[in-house]
Amino acid sequence: MAAVHDHDVAHAHDHHPSGMMRWMMTTNHKDIGTMYLWFSFIMFLTGGVMALTIRAELFQPGLQIVNPEFFNQLTTMHGLIMIFGAIMPAFVGFANWQIPMMIGAPDMAFARMNNWSFWLLPPAALLLLSSFFVPGGAPAGGWTIYPPLSVQMGMGMDMAIFAIHIMGASSIMGSINIITTILNMRAPGMTLMKMPMFVWTWLITAYLLVLVMPVLAGAVTMLLTDRNFGTNFFNAAGGGDPVMFQHIFWFFGHPEVYIMILPAFGIVSEVIPTFARKPLFGYSSMVYATASIAILSCIVWAHHMFTAGMPVTGQLFFMYATMLIAVPTGVKVFNWTATMWRGSMTFETPMLFAIGFIFLFTLGGFSGVICAVVPIDIQVQDTYYVIAHFHYVLVSGALFGIFSGAYYWLPKWTGHMYDETLGKVHFWLTMIFFNLTFFVQHFLGLAGMPRRIPDYALQFADFNMISSIGAFGFGLSQLLFLYVVLKCIRGGAKAPAKTWEGGKTLEWTLPSPAPYHTFETPPVVR
Amino acid sequence: MGSVTHCGILELLARTVISNQVGGNMSSKAAASIVGMMAIALYSGMGMAAADPYQLNLPEPQTIIARQIYDQHTMLLWICLAIFIGVFGVMFYSVLKHRKSVGYKAANFHHSTTVEIIWTIIPFFILVGMAFPATKTIIAMKDTSSPDITIKTTGYQWKWGYDYLTGEGEGISFLSNLATPRAQIENASPKEENYLLEVDNPVVVPVGKKVRIIITANDVLHAWWVPALGVKQDAIPGYIRDAWFTIDKPGTYRGQCAELCGKDHGFMPIVVEAVEPEKYTQWVAEQKSKSAAAVVDVSKEFTMDELKAEGEKVYAANCVACHQANGKGIPGTFAALDGSKVATGPKAGHIDIVMNGKTGTAMAAFKHLSDVQIAAVVTYERNAWGNTAGDVVQPSEINELRK
Repeated sequence: MAAVHDHDVAHAHDHHPSGMMRWMMTTNHKDIGTMYLWFSFIMFLTGGVMALTIRAELFQPGLQIVNPEFFNQLTTMHGLIMIFGAIMPAFVGFANWQIPMMIGAPDMAFARMNNWSFWLLPPAALLLLSSFFVPGGAPAGGWTIYPPLSVQMGMGMDMAIFAIHIMGASSIMGSINIITTILNMRAPGMTLMKMPMFVWTWLITAYLLVLVMPVLAGAVTMLLTDRNFGTNFFNAAGGGDPVMFQHIFWFFGHPEVYIMILPAFGIVSEVIPTFARKPLFGYSSMVYATASIAILSCIVWAHHMFTAGMPVTGQLFFMYATMLIAVPTGVKVFNWTATMWRGSMTFETPMLFAIGFIFLFTLGGFSGVICAVVPIDIQVQDTYYVIAHFHYVLVSGALFGIFSGAYYWLPKWTGHMYDETLGKVHFWLTMIFFNLTFFVQHFLGLAGMPRRIPDYALQFADFNMISSIGAFGFGLSQLLFLYVVLKCIRGGAKAPAKTWEGGKTLEWTLPSPAPYHTFETPPVVR
Repeated sequence: MGSVTHCGILELLARTVISNQVGGNMSSKAAASIVGMMAIALYSGMGMAAADPYQLNLPEPQTIIARQIYDQHTMLLWICLAIFIGVFGVMFYSVLKHRKSVGYKAANFHHSTTVEIIWTIIPFFILVGMAFPATKTIIAMKDTSSPDITIKTTGYQWKWGYDYLTGEGEGISFLSNLATPRAQIENASPKEENYLLEVDNPVVVPVGKKVRIIITANDVLHAWWVPALGVKQDAIPGYIRDAWFTIDKPGTYRGQCAELCGKDHGFMPIVVEAVEPEKYTQWVAEQKSKSAAAVVDVSKEFTMDELKAEGEKVYAANCVACHQANGKGIPGTFAALDGSKVATGPKAGHIDIVMNGKTGTAMAAFKHLSDVQIAAVVTYERNAWGNTAGDVVQPSEINELRK
């Protein structure tokens, strides 16, 4: 990592501390972005090891490797770590690096708060992970931590609740920072409707975060007092309602899904035009579609609860509202396709991941529409079909977006070209093993395999074995990504300022690697 | 691995092809009229055995609701396939033809209001087409009025309890536990056909009768799910939910708990046995005579040995999952009984925790057990392993506490 910035440390006028203190004290958006990205990659590997342990247990029927309690801890922690530790911080990392460079700002608006937002995360992650070692172990009630089950857990659950509080505070501060930066620090001439799509999607995402993270904090705080202080928010025997937790949780939880996908939409909307050498088709309809998705995402939460029991009007409303999201999402897919149409395309690794994203995310969208239809959801709710669905949108959606963005901007960040051949190998391995892992899970869910079970009926054995083989291939392929990134940091062909022929946004006017301080004098956008 | 799980990927592919050729022999009118091509159903698992290891689709529907769900799912798959071919046909044509390496020069168009309006409106109407049949099914699913039989099911950690409330069989009540032996789960003996999907006491219902099922839970959330019946409903402690089904033909239909409920969530299956009405009447009579024989005078005095023998059985059925056969529990997760303060202290406290549970822990209330069962299990726990309380709890004491 240090290699990236050695040339900067040498600059006498910077006067920032060196060594460990440099990273602890930094207020530089690029340093902080780098830390976010490494943090998220470490969490990605941590959550990945949990996923592989789960898949190893599910390789065959019968209990072989872990006992059922520990299995539940693994599924719970895999979800929490991947969502709050891997995907969300990765996008904040991209925001830190790219937003100032793409809008022509010298740094983020609140540089010290930016440092604080990041440094809250490692202690929160440690708190969450150390719950494995306390009596009763880590929380085992699923990442949705539904009461009353989550009230039964040991102190590991309280640690998870505090970790969620801290991570939520970090997210809120990060979002306020991003909103302020985008609204106040754009270069002269860059009107809102001239902003790059990535900046737009993050602006909308940041609003969603500010809206829903406090709701999650409220839900887990009520859980905390139910657990420890004798309140009865979710205890029917004391006049509470366990289903109320689900409503509050999903009021956060559904927008959260879009928090994890909108920035990926943004990255893909940068990558596709660059490699098609053609402007993004329907820029303004992209902006409106993103905003509509964000607004709709706040009124569909109860589609996660169709089997919880709801009046018929409730089910109908949430079904219609959910199906409606397919319209703006469809607009985005059509716009990307139209951007590619009659372009002059090349297929470097970022483009491969972007096309892989559109292809597989659309499959996840199809299964999403199928899940939205209440009668069908009654069958597939809480089965492997749902597991397949949300991994198609979160892995081949959010994660592919992250990979696409990482390859796209690595030359700008490091000043070196990454190894294109290895990047392509990484893409194809990821693509193949991802589908091997998750496509068969659609069949498992339809045939009746519930999620979150450590052992299963014999009829599910073969697809589970295929899925486990795919998962190990997928997991190992990600080590190749680590190798490619390290290799790119340490050396490689010199990246030109305008790394990609079709790159139009402001960061490509800066030298590669981007200097420690950029746009101290704002550029003028015409 | 079990006997049905030996095949490789090649066989999977071969069988998928075969199923595509011969599948779809069950297509119903509704789907057929929309699709018209069910015979080559893209993925149809129909016509295969229930426990087919390569079942690709929903199980064969056994109720009108499950049938509608099946058909709507098929319809949606066809619509999705059509959109998929349309969108990705264009995209992959573009990927092949519009590349720099073949010398294609980029155009420079970047919007078209007309096209954008068209592709906003068309999907909207497709969605309306999908929502219409779904709406009708939702309304039908919710109609639990005038049932022939009403059964209450209660989710416990980790088994189901059934009480026949109204209709033929009223008064029947039993618990339904996983019947798969522990040895199979621990890979000590070969797994049999219905591994993890078999219970000691199945729910028996007559075919052709409307059964309303009232669903609740005793401790945490569970969900009562039988795929072939098209019913999945969360069981919520303190609240009542309901659903209904009318089964067309006799058979054994298997399902599982579908809401995470703790460590043995994967081990609380549901088995519904649908029988002809005459056989149902017969079953009801058997159950009634069994329960009549099982009625015990609660004022009878039992000996320590009688209670301990019965208590060991009750313990094995209800307590062993957490507290373990050796009474040591699982350190940090489930309390030990061997040498515990509760099991060696005054018996009143012990009875209280068994009957009422302990809030904030996984210890649920076991009030639903009979007086004899509670008396027996408490006596057993106080006098098993290293515990030597030496006292006896009589069913009459439990009976007294219930008043």
